[in-house]
Amino acid sequence: MIEALEILTSASLWAAVLRIATPLIFGVLGALICERSGVLNLGIEGIMTMGAMVGWLTVYLGADLWTGLAMAAAAGAMMGLLHALLTVPLGLSQHVSGLGITLFASALAYYLYRLIVVVGESPPTIVPFRPLDLGPLSDLPFLGPVFFSQSAPTYVALLAVVVMGYVLARTPLGLAIRMTGENPHAVEAQGVNPIAIRIGAVMAGSALMGVGGAFLTTAAFNSFFPEMVQGRGWICIALVVFASWRPYKALLGALLFAFFDAYQLRLQTVVEGVPYQLFLMAPYVLSIVALILVARRAEVPAALMTPYRRGER
Amino acid sequence: MTAVLELTGITKRFGALTANDDVSLSLAQGEILALLGENGAGKTTLMNILFGHYAADAGDVRVFGQTLPPGRPRAAIEAGVGMVHQHFTLAANLSVLDNVMLGSERLVRLRSGRSAARAKLLDISDRFGLPVDPDARISRLSVGERQRVEILKALYRDARILILDEPTAVLARPEAERLFATLREMTQEGLSLIFISHKLHEVMAASDRVAVLRGGKMVAERRTAETSANELAELMVGRSVVRPKREAHAIGAPVVVASGVSVAGKLDDISFAVHEGEILGIVGVSGNGQAALGALVSGLGGPTAGTLRLGDGDMGSLSARALIDAGAARIPEDRHAEGVVGELPVWENAVLERLRSKAFSRGGFVRRGAARAHAAGLIDRFDIRGAVPDTRTGLLSGGNMQKLILGRNLASSPRFILANQPTRGLDEGAIAAVHAELLAARAAGAAILLISEELEEAVGLADRIQAIVKGRLSRPVVAEDADARRLGLMMAGMWESTDAA
Repeated sequence: MIEALEILTSASLWAAVLRIATPLIFGVLGALICERSGVLNLGIEGIMTMGAMVGWLTVYLGADLWTGLAMAAAAGAMMGLLHALLTVPLGLSQHVSGLGITLFASALAYYLYRLIVVVGESPPTIVPFRPLDLGPLSDLPFLGPVFFSQSAPTYVALLAVVVMGYVLARTPLGLAIRMTGENPHAVEAQGVNPIAIRIGAVMAGSALMGVGGAFLTTAAFNSFFPEMVQGRGWICIALVVFASWRPYKALLGALLFAFFDAYQLRLQTVVEGVPYQLFLMAPYVLSIVALILVARRAEVPAALMTPYRRGER
Repeated sequence: MTAVLELTGITKRFGALTANDDVSLSLAQGEILALLGENGAGKTTLMNILFGHYAADAGDVRVFGQTLPPGRPRAAIEAGVGMVHQHFTLAANLSVLDNVMLGSERLVRLRSGRSAARAKLLDISDRFGLPVDPDARISRLSVGERQRVEILKALYRDARILILDEPTAVLARPEAERLFATLREMTQEGLSLIFISHKLHEVMAASDRVAVLRGGKMVAERRTAETSANELAELMVGRSVVRPKREAHAIGAPVVVASGVSVAGKLDDISFAVHEGEILGIVGVSGNGQAALGALVSGLGGPTAGTLRLGDGDMGSLSARALIDAGAARIPEDRHAEGVVGELPVWENAVLERLRSKAFSRGGFVRRGAARAHAAGLIDRFDIRGAVPDTRTGLLSGGNMQKLILGRNLASSPRFILANQPTRGLDEGAIAAVHAELLAARAAGAAILLISEELEEAVGLADRIQAIVKGRLSRPVVAEDADARRLGLMMAGMWESTDAA
C-alpha cells in the first residue's frame, strides 16, 4: 500500500503522464474544433492511424521528423476533407460517415504500409524524437524530468491548447466557428459562409488528429503497427464532452486520463494477486465515472450533428 | 422622395411552384412599406431574394441605384440592407455582443475589436432607444429582447433599409405596439422599412403604404391613408371574407368542471365550468399558465390539488387515451410539435388517435383502406386543400394542417373540445374556416374551452371569458359585457373590481 502511494511522488510517473497525454491532447483538440463548428468527427480513430503511418513512413523514407509530422497533418486534413464533403455540403449522417472514415483510413494506412515497406522478422524502425535537454532546467530535481525533458511535440501540444483557446475566444474566426456550431443560419444571415467554416474546421481538426497519431510512431515508439492507436480516438471523443467543448478543460481531461493510465501501469508491478486486466480497465472506467460527474452540465453546441442546408430550417 | 430600393420583374420558381411571378416594388426614403399577403403568397421568398438568400430566376434588385449580385447576403449587407428574420437567427448560447459582431470584421484577424464593438453597439442602442445588455446570453432574453437584438444586428452593420419578416408573430400586443413606435422613430433617423405581415390591424396602424401579394403576384398597392381594412382583406384573399358570428342559444349541463385545481408552480387554485353548447374563452398574455392548463385538460398531466371532472367521472387521472375514449378532443397549441407528425401522410395522422378502434385496426393490423377512406372523407368535409390521403402532412399549409386536426377531432362528435390557440399563425381565410367549425361544434352541443391570446377571437367566439394571469383565473364575464378596457384590466390581473357573471 505504501508502495502504491510512493509511486505518486516519483518523477517518472508524472513525466509519463505528459508523454501519454500528448497524442490525446492533439486528438481531443482536433475533435473539439470539429464539434465546435457543428460536425462530429468519428473518423478520428482512423485519421490518427493514418497520421501514425504517414508520419512514420515519411521519416522512414528519409525526411526529418518535423516533415513527418507535417505530412501526417496533411494526410489527416485530406481525410478530414473527405468527411467534411460527405457531411457538410451533402449533409449525410455524421455518424455513418465518421465510422466509415475510421474503417477506411485504418485499412488504407495498413495497406499502404504493406505496399511500401518490406517487413521482415520485426517491423522496421526509425530514430524517433528524443527528450529535449534544456540544460540547467532539465537538471532541476523532479521538475526537470517532468516538465523540461519531454520530446518536442509535447510542447507543441501544450502550445496548441493555448493557441486554440485564444483563437476560439478572441478572434473573429473563432467566433464564426462557435456561431456555426450554434446556429449556422445566423452565420449565413450575417454574410459569412457556414459551409466553408465547417469544411475548414473539420480539415484543421483532422490535421491535429493526424499529428496526434504521428506522435505515437515518431516519439512514443519508433515503428508502426496497424492497431497502435488502440482506442485513443474514442477516448478523445469522450474527453470533448468531459471538457464541455473548452480547450483548457480538454487539456485537463487528457492529463487526467493519462494519469490513470500511467498510474495503473505502475500499480501492476507493486500490487499482487489482482489480474492485470483490471488495471488496464481502470482508466476507462474512471473516465466514464468522470464523464458522468461532469457531463451533465456540459453545453453541447446547439447545431452539433445538424446538417446545414441553405434556405431550410 | 427618391427610391432607395427597387425590385423589378422578380420571378422565382421552386419546381412547379411559382413563388414570385414578375413582382416589382419600390421603397422610398423614410417610408414604412407593409408587404401584405396570406401565408404562401410569396412575401418571405421575395424578401429572401432581396437579401440574397435566394437567387431570382429573373428580375433584379437595385439598392441606392446599384444592382445587387444575386444570391449573396454579404453584398446585400454591404449595400445597407438589414433583415430581421421571422425565425430569429441568433446563437442562443452566445452573448448579445458575439451575435452582433459576427461577420462585421475580417475573419482572419489576430484579435477581435471587442471594446470598440461594444461602444458602437451601446451608441446605436442609445440612439435608437433599443436598450440592451451586450454581455447577456441570448438564451436568457425574452422573445421581445431577442427581436431587439436582431434589429440591432442590422443597425450595427449600418443598415439603411430594414426588412422585418412578420415581426409581431411572436410578440404580445403591447410589445408589438412598442415595436412599431420604435420603427416609426427610426424613419426619423433616415431609415426606410419594409415589414411583412398578414395582420390587417397592424398594417393599417403602422404603415405608410401597403403592397399586397396574392399567389406570388403583386395585386395592388395602396397608400394606407386611402384604404381600409376591409378593402385590404379582400385584396389579400381575393374574395370578401367575414369571420362568422356567434348566435345566441341555450346552453346545457356542465361538462368539464374544475374546482380549486392547482398544478405545482404553474396553476394556482383555478375554477371554471364549461357547459354543453358553450365556448369558454381563456384570455391572457402568453406564458401565464396556458400551457399547464392545456396539458391538464389534454390528459398530459394531473392536478396536484383540487378536482377536475368530465361529466360524472374524474378527469384529472385520465391518460390521454382514456380521455379521448371519454369523448374529449384536443387541438394543441403547437400544430407541428403536438398536432401532427409532419413526416407521415395525411391518412395516418387522421387516424393516429383512434388506431386502436375496431374501425381502423383488426388483429394488430391497420385497416389501410378504411383509414384512407376516412381521411378522404375528412379532406372533403373540412375542405383541406392541396391534400389527398397520401400527401405528406408537413407539406400542408398551416391553415390546412389545422383543418386536418380539427377534422380528426370533430369527426367523432366529442363532448368536450380543447382549442388551444386554434388560429395562431393562420391567415384570414383559414381563421374564418376554423371559427366556423368551432361554432358548428358549439351548435351541435360540444363544450369548448378556448385558450387564446387574440382578444377579437375570444370576444367573437366565447360565451363567457376568464382571464389567466400568473397561473390564476379571474371570475368569468359574459362576452356581451367584455369590452376591450375591461378585458385589458382582467389580463393585467385587476379583476377584483369586475363582477362575476
